Amino acid sequence: MSDPVATGEQAVVADAPAGTDETVAVGGPTATSEQAAAVGASGGTDETVAVGGPAAAGEPAPPWAMLAELTHGCPLHCPYCSNPVGLIPRSRELATADWVRVMREAAALGVVHAHLSGGEPLLRADLTEITAAAARAGIYTQLVTSGVGLDRARLAELVEAGLHSVQLSVQDATAAASDLIAGTRSFAAKEKAAELVRETGLPLGLNVVLHRRNLDSVDGIVELALKWGAERVELANTQFYGWALRNRRALLPTRDQLARAKESVERWRERLEGVELIWVVPDYFDGVPKPCMGGWGAISLTVGPDGSVLPCPAAYDLPLEFPNVRDHSLAWIWERSQAFDAYRGTAWMSEPCMSCSRRDVDFGGCRCQAYALTGDARRTDPACGLAPDHHLITELVESAGEGTLVYRRPERPARSPAPSRVGSATPAAD
Amino acid sequence: MTTGAWRPAVAPAVILRHDPVRGTDLLVMPERIVMLNDEAAAVLRLCDGGRTVTEIVDELRGDFPEAPVAADVPEFLAQVRAEGWVR
Ligand code: SF4
Ligand code: SF4
Repeated sequence: MSDPVATGEQAVVADAPAGTDETVAVGGPTATSEQAAAVGASGGTDETVAVGGPAAAGEPAPPWAMLAELTHGCPLHCPYCSNPVGLIPRSRELATADWVRVMREAAALGVVHAHLSGGEPLLRADLTEITAAAARAGIYTQLVTSGVGLDRARLAELVEAGLHSVQLSVQDATAAASDLIAGTRSFAAKEKAAELVRETGLPLGLNVVLHRRNLDSVDGIVELALKWGAERVELANTQFYGWALRNRRALLPTRDQLARAKESVERWRERLEGVELIWVVPDYFDGVPKPCMGGWGAISLTVGPDGSVLPCPAAYDLPLEFPNVRDHSLAWIWERSQAFDAYRGTAWMSEPCMSCSRRDVDFGGCRCQAYALTGDARRTDPACGLAPDHHLITELVESAGEGTLVYRRPERPARSPAPSRVGSATPAAD
Repeated sequence: MTTGAWRPAVAPAVILRHDPVRGTDLLVMPERIVMLNDEAAAVLRLCDGGRTVTEIVDELRGDFPEAPVAADVPEFLAQVRAEGWVR
């Protein structure tokens, strides 16, 4: 789902209608491995209020949303995947009973929204039970899927269990181009999945992660979304974490590509009715950082396949000790753990953030990005034009180029070379 | 614009629920949560597709005798319809 909450352009409920107090953006930095967008609270340019802001003294406000990464397994191999390069193996995954308890604890803690994500959540044979546990606890559930493995019977089971909505990923506008990015034949399954979801009447969102290889097809992508009956289309420019970070050089677009795509999106917005078109801005280009998840430990939490709990799905590589649901309750993790407290509020900041007027708006940008690029998670996000390290970003943008994509794969047992490099010829068979 | 004969219903993709943790009412939908004040929640709870706007106004008059219900309710409903939360 997006990245430390995307800024700028997102669909925002600008003026909450009289009587509605506040709207909350759920999702967040790479809110899902699909890099879907968080809608809502954007950089303080409107009246939408991000709830849960900086922790005041005492208990932090409860979380609104949970990203449940049920598995890191996936039949696809997207090189832009924001899952960590060290994918958590299936043997370390939580058991059904753990997830059932996590859903109960999440609801009691205040979680209203859960993304059932991954990897590909359909790989979990107990997805129906997990969905039912969430729905029973009163949580709104959204399945975030590649569509591979979603047949009529499985979907009917999930709907019966209380599933509320589906977000489907697609990699490009045509079967050939989409399968090439996915690294496996999957477009036909996606088309079928979209049709099945429409039959159930559940709201369908289409998520497309944008980069150098598909930004020129934005028109075709929107046409596809309309044809497939999506109500929301998230055009999410790649956020560079996990596999995407590894593939950054080949994924970074040109400024021209971005400008043209943005114009297309604006043209579509004028024409579309009843379909929400979300453009998640790429933070490398405008000197404006993403507001980190609407605040570290402020709005949402991520539970990984092995039960580790993170304030942000991109945080796996930060030098923090992430607590695990096998050892602690979610409430303890949210309220007491060191990892969730590390960058709450603004007290941890250094300059220029500390004395910046935007510090309560963007929270100093993305901690994971600051760490990945500077080695210090407390520094100002280099994506910010005011950051002393901003040159790192501008250099990267300028050095982007064609280059080879490394397809996402589980680590092979010792002896085999690192992830295989596949050129742009044929999708890897798997 | 809203007419008295319209029978508003909360959109199928949208859930109206109470949040016991925060002691407030919510509209929940894909990627978004909207916090409601008491009046908004009271109006939306009556949007069941059966009652007309006129009937909703009549019912609420008793509950909120101080409020200008006849003017506020249709305006509020028009706004939430424009958001796609009610149809
Ligand atoms: S490989 Fe692709 S489909 Fe699978 S989790 Fe990653 S982004 Fe999603
Ligand atoms: S200096 Fe820090 S707080 Fe100010 S805009 Fe940049 S990242 Fe945000």
